[in-house]
Amino acid sequence: MSRDIKIILLNNRGKSEMNMLVCIKQVPDTTEIKINPETNTLIRDGVPSIVNPFDAYALECAARVKDKNPDSKIVVISMGPEQAKVALKECLSVGGDKAFLVTDRKFGGSDTLATSYILSQAIAKLEETEGKFDLIFCGKQAIDGDTAQVGPEIAEQKDYPQVTYAFEVFAEEEGKVKVKKEVEDGFEMLELPTPAVITVTKPDYEPRYATIKTKMAANKAKIDNLTSEDFEVDATQAGLKGSPTKVKKTFTPPVKSGGIVIKEETNEDSAKKLYEMLADKNII
Amino acid sequence: MGFPLEAKTKDLWVFIETQNGKDGAARNVGLELLNPGRRLADGQGGKLVAVVIGDGCDEAVKESVAYGADKVIVLDAPVYNHYTTEAYTAAFVHLIEKDCPTSILMGASNLGRDLGPRVAARVRTGLTADCTALDLDDSGNVAWTRPAFGGNLMATILCPDHRPQIGTCRPGVFKKTEADESRTAEIVKDDYAFPAEDVRVKLLEVITDEAAEKVDLEGAEIIVSGGRGVGGPEGFEPVRALANALGGVTGASRASVDAGWIPHAHQVGQTGKTVGPKLYVACGISGAIQHLAGMSGSDTIVCVNKDADAPIFNVADFGVVGNLFEVLPVLTELVNKNKG
Repeated sequence: MSRDIKIILLNNRGKSEMNMLVCIKQVPDTTEIKINPETNTLIRDGVPSIVNPFDAYALECAARVKDKNPDSKIVVISMGPEQAKVALKECLSVGGDKAFLVTDRKFGGSDTLATSYILSQAIAKLEETEGKFDLIFCGKQAIDGDTAQVGPEIAEQKDYPQVTYAFEVFAEEEGKVKVKKEVEDGFEMLELPTPAVITVTKPDYEPRYATIKTKMAANKAKIDNLTSEDFEVDATQAGLKGSPTKVKKTFTPPVKSGGIVIKEETNEDSAKKLYEMLADKNII
Repeated sequence: MGFPLEAKTKDLWVFIETQNGKDGAARNVGLELLNPGRRLADGQGGKLVAVVIGDGCDEAVKESVAYGADKVIVLDAPVYNHYTTEAYTAAFVHLIEKDCPTSILMGASNLGRDLGPRVAARVRTGLTADCTALDLDDSGNVAWTRPAFGGNLMATILCPDHRPQIGTCRPGVFKKTEADESRTAEIVKDDYAFPAEDVRVKLLEVITDEAAEKVDLEGAEIIVSGGRGVGGPEGFEPVRALANALGGVTGASRASVDAGWIPHAHQVGQTGKTVGPKLYVACGISGAIQHLAGMSGSDTIVCVNKDADAPIFNVADFGVVGNLFEVLPVLTELVNKNKG
C-alpha cells in the first residue's frame, strides 16, 4: 500500500470514533435500606435494585463522547447473577449499544482483586468479537461496597493508564483523550493515550432519560452470558478462593443515645441557650 | 518476582502524601494515620515507618518524625513533584519488593484511592478501603473494620495469607497525636526515580475552581451544614452566615446537593467527604445514615431541626428543636457580638 493511500485511509477512519466499554454493577438502593430495630439486622426485602449511580454517570460520560462522535460504540458489561440483566437493559435504554453479563457460580464471593481479574479476562474475550476497546469506563465506586477499587485494578491487570474521579471526557483526536479530573482542591485537565481506564465521579449534569422507544428496544435486546466456559479463568484467582480479603464478621453500627435537647419557649431563647452551653464548654 | 510476597519485616508503613509546591509539607491524612499506626506497629512487634514520596519533601520527613515515625523512607525526585498514578505506583512497588512490610496504611483521599488499588493489584494482595477502626486479631492480622451499604452495616475484613496487607482510611477519621519536635528517627533515602518519559498521563492544566469558594471540608475545624430543611438555594444564606461567623466551612447533605442548591464539593457523607471537625452544626438535616457515615467522627455535634424525631438528634451532643431560620441568625449575632 502506498503512503498516500494509507493517509487517506487513516483520515477516512474518522476523527475519533471510540470503541467504548462501560462496566456497571447492580446494587441495592442503599438510601432505601432500613434496620430492623428488633433484630438489629438489615432489611433487604423490598429494597429496589438500581444501576449503581456512579456507573450511570460513567455510561452518560461515554454517551456524550458518542454524541460528538456518532460512529462510536458503547458495550456494557456487568458481573453478577442473571437478575443483573434488568440493570443491563436499563443501560441499553440510555446509551448502551450492546450488553453482556459475566456470570458463573465460580465467580461468587470475589473481592475487588478477583473481580477485576475476572472482568479483565472477560474483556479480553469480548475484544475478540467487539474489537479492542479504546476506553473502559467504570463508576468511581459502587454505593454498596464503596471501595473504588475495581476500576484501577482493571487498569493494572491490563497495564493501561487510568484517570479516576473523572468529570468529563473529551475525545477530539485519534489515539488520545483529554479528561477533566476532580482533585482535592479543584480540577486538573489531563491527556492520555488510549486504550485507558476512566472512573467517573458525580458530574454537574444529569444522565439522559430513556424514552418509550429506547425502553422497548432495550427490552427486546438479547444479552449474552459469558461464563467460565467461554473464557479462560484461573480458578486460584477467582471467587472466594482467589480473594486475598475475607469478611470476618458484619454487624450493625452501635446506635448512639443522643445528647442534650434544647427546646425553649421561643426560637430566640433556644438559640441563646445553645450559645451559652457551647461557650460554657469552650466549644465556640 | 513471585506473588504473593512474603513480609520481610514486622513493620507497618504509613504513606505520607506531600503537598506539591507547599514546601513539601505533609498532608494531614498521613500524619493522622501515624496515630493508629503506632498501636498496630507495636502490636505487630515491628517499627512504625513513614513512607514519604515527593519532590523537595524535607518538611514532610520532619513532620513524620515529630508525629511518631521510628523510621522514614524517602523518595525525593523531580518526577514525584506532581502525583501521577504511574510514577507513584512504580515507586511504591519498588519499595515493597525491596523491603516488604507486614502492613500498610494509606489515606482514602482522591490520591490514595487512585494509588492504593493500583499498588495492591500489582503485588496481588488485598486492600480494604475506608476503614474506620483498626485492630489486630489473635493471629496478628490487621482486622480492618469499615462501613458498607451506605453505613447501614459494618464489616470486619482480614487479609490473612497475603502480604503486605493494605488498608485506606478517610481523612479526619483518626486524629493526629501531639507533635514532638525533639523525636529522632532513622532516615533512609532511596534513589529510585521513575523515568519521567514513561508517565503516560500528562497534566495539561490545573483548574482552580474559580466560581466556588475554597471548600476544604476535610481540613476544617468547624463545619456548618444545611440539608433539605433549608428549602432552597437562598436557604443556605443563614447557614453560610453562621459558618463565616465561626470561621468555618459550609457543608451540605446529599438531598440539598441533589436538588441543585449547592455544589457537590460541599457534600458531606458517604458519597461526599468524610469529616472530623471539632464542631459540626447540622441545620435542617434529618440525619440519613449516609450523612451520619460522613460526620459522626466530629468532636461535638450540634443540630437544629424542626422535627424532634429526626435521627440526627441521636448523634447530636446538643440538639435544638426549632426553626433554623430563626435560630441561626440569633446564634450568628451572638457569635459576632462576643468575638471580642
